[in-house]
Amino acid sequence: MANKEYKPEFSGTVTKYVFVESPDTTPQQLAIKAYEISKGVMIKETCFGLQVTGEPSEVTNLINELRKTDPAHIFVKDRGFPPGDPRRCRANLGGARPGYYGHEFEMGLIRFVSRGLLKMNAGEKAEAAIIETIKRREKSQLSLERLLKTINSEEP
Amino acid sequence: MSKVFIYPSTSLILSDMVERFGHEPLGVAIAIRERIQTPGLDSPPLQMTPEDPKKGLKYAAVEVPSGVRGRMALFGPLIEEAEAAIIINDSDLAFGCMGCSRTNELVKFSVRQRKEIPVLDLNYPSDEEEGLAFVQSIKEFLDSLTKKSGDRKEV
Repeated sequence: MANKEYKPEFSGTVTKYVFVESPDTTPQQLAIKAYEISKGVMIKETCFGLQVTGEPSEVTNLINELRKTDPAHIFVKDRGFPPGDPRRCRANLGGARPGYYGHEFEMGLIRFVSRGLLKMNAGEKAEAAIIETIKRREKSQLSLERLLKTINSEEP
Repeated sequence: MSKVFIYPSTSLILSDMVERFGHEPLGVAIAIRERIQTPGLDSPPLQMTPEDPKKGLKYAAVEVPSGVRGRMALFGPLIEEAEAAIIINDSDLAFGCMGCSRTNELVKFSVRQRKEIPVLDLNYPSDEEEGLAFVQSIKEFLDSLTKKSGDRKEV
């Protein structure tokens, strides 16, 4: 296989995901606000929020401003690829993008984290027993009854 | 500001919590970005070159599958760079279309081998009360790092 030269696009930039899971803010509102305050940062609106790409300092400033909109319901993480990259974009690959399933799983739990942030900001403290549970909860094993039920439910 | 290794390294929740409370999350996106933005020979989709499994030899033996060694070439330097770590133990999402269970075990083992760094072990919250406990545990852990390093920059 011939070696092909690789010239990276968007060198020196960072890309971040901005997820919004809020009863008050939609990705569209967030995108409009981002366009208002962005200075040369590339913004892509998605179903879950935004992807922003640009110089690290500009992206940080933009995200700090966006977080103020709805601090407990906006979540940010780094992304390795720029938006629309043919190696990752599902327009080229078909099906869900690898990594989507992880986001899907965590977005199902994020409302608990948002409530936790709101309660903590309101000065509430978690009970020691619950903290202990969340640190040491054992993963439940498959029970023998359930295994037998699964085996017996198989079609011959 | 401390560098905090997160596991699962693609976790949105952990990445956000660490950044929100003024520290730097070390997730795999940083290692991938480094490769994506470095010119060289085309090696899609992740720009992992044949050199990477060789780098992984530092963390796993030669008879270990190259997939594990390649992944360790991404995770290993992050673990070495980390000043603290947060691990979510019931993270089934780390094993799937882009995950590897053996690498995950090796990553957790490598973190625990660094006995000088503090590690916070957690599980995902399953209700609002646990959500509060989850957030509070992470904040207290990160605040203790801030006290050690002596500076603070909360977002």
